Amino acid sequence: MAWHGDVKFLYKQLILKDFKIRYRNMSLGVLWSLLNPLVMMGVLTFIFTRIFPSHQPHFPLMVLCGIIPFNFFSVAWVSGTTSVMMNAPLIKRVAVPREVLPISTVLSNVPHLLIQLALLMVMALAYGSRPGLDWLWLIVVWILEIAFVCGLSLIFAGLNVFVQDTRYFVESANTVLFWMVPIFYPFSAIPPRYAGIYEINPVAAIVLAMQNILLQNHAPSLVLVFKLALVSTFTIAVGHLIFRSMQRNFYQHL
Amino acid sequence: MSEPILECSHIWRTFKLHSGSRLLRHRIKDTLTSGNKKSFVALRDITFSLDEGESLAIVGRNGAGKSTLLSVICGLANPDRGTVRVRGRIAPLLQLAAGFHGDLTGRENLFLNAALMGFSEKETRANQEQIIDFAGISDFIDEPLRNYSSGMTMRLAFSIAINVEPDILIVDEVLAVGDESFTKKCLTRIHEIRNAGHTFICVSHSPATLRMLCDRALWLDSGELMMEGSIKSVLDAYHLFMTQAPVEAATPGR
Repeated sequence: MAWHGDVKFLYKQLILKDFKIRYRNMSLGVLWSLLNPLVMMGVLTFIFTRIFPSHQPHFPLMVLCGIIPFNFFSVAWVSGTTSVMMNAPLIKRVAVPREVLPISTVLSNVPHLLIQLALLMVMALAYGSRPGLDWLWLIVVWILEIAFVCGLSLIFAGLNVFVQDTRYFVESANTVLFWMVPIFYPFSAIPPRYAGIYEINPVAAIVLAMQNILLQNHAPSLVLVFKLALVSTFTIAVGHLIFRSMQRNFYQHL
Repeated sequence: MSEPILECSHIWRTFKLHSGSRLLRHRIKDTLTSGNKKSFVALRDITFSLDEGESLAIVGRNGAGKSTLLSVICGLANPDRGTVRVRGRIAPLLQLAAGFHGDLTGRENLFLNAALMGFSEKETRANQEQIIDFAGISDFIDEPLRNYSSGMTMRLAFSIAINVEPDILIVDEVLAVGDESFTKKCLTRIHEIRNAGHTFICVSHSPATLRMLCDRALWLDSGELMMEGSIKSVLDAYHLFMTQAPVEAATPGR
């Protein structure tokens, strides 16, 4: 494609654009990033301590360890999926590399994520967790998780151009996923024969890693990190290939 | 003789009709009932080349394939057959405000648009004052774009594209956006760009503008290259054709 621009500058501008547009239209601004997980935490804590008591220690912290990765994943996946369609005028008029759109859309959710992770760390400290070298694993698992969402978004953003129902599939899949990720039940409650499947699901894997690091104060198992790395690398490679082959026909279908 | 800066050889571009539907059931139906898909040939076997410093006008009726040809040259759409070779950077002025967003300020839009057009952060910073001056909107540059008049928006978009030094500048019917004094300023700037030895391609329905700016012309009709030559001979022939041709319903453009 005949575009020899500055890709770094382009990513920076696109991410800034999404971030500014999102927060400029909210009078509470960044507070909304904190409010949403806190409300979910409150509701789930009420239900699972008062209505169906689960007797999990530090239940609110466990919920936050699950709800923050899940929220990031579902919002980033849906917005990544619709990114190419939403930016149809750009695709038809500027020769920018097309994969920039889904990837920058996913990345523009990262500032939001960082604010929530800061909240989570403050909560973990309040519950008596002590920061240690193990917390550095957070950086590793999150980079892998973000790479996974980028790969997934490349695949689904491409599909969504040709079949618009893709977006609704993604939304339904997220609803199912909410129950398939250990958000309000501990990983130990999962029968052993399903545990292997959970570890392959990158969203469940990152929730587990977060609980290991912030709740149980130990590093995630290397097997878990290795599986996450494997799935992420595979997804981004396949996503790249599929997107490459589909983008030829974007112009005609938009 | 040096190599031409732009070389198009035997370009074909076909659009499938009825590909507008993006619903799953239509996709399935299409796949099951393959065959008898109608298609529409937008470009038939177009061959031409352009040397550095030349200026080319493209004329033709609505739906003749002018915009399709420009999008193929800019790398937005791939030709079905044939090749396009471009040396250098193209600044396409097709629908300028494609990347603009109403919630961002003029300056923020300037940076985003510059990044989309392929400029680096350094170039953009160095040129921003010149761009704002040229557009004549320095008092409003830090206001959100939604408060701009449509004329101001177009002036900003045009200034961004015209105040960088592209190897090939492509202008698609956009000189009609500003008031008389701004149009004059743009024409002067295009002359400067031409005198500096840059290549220029212009699509317009105004023969007066084309005669002023271009020395060569292509005439397209129903996707076919009808005539190529000096601006005077092509425009005269095209004018004769248009005054004699009965008014027909034009084929839909893309």
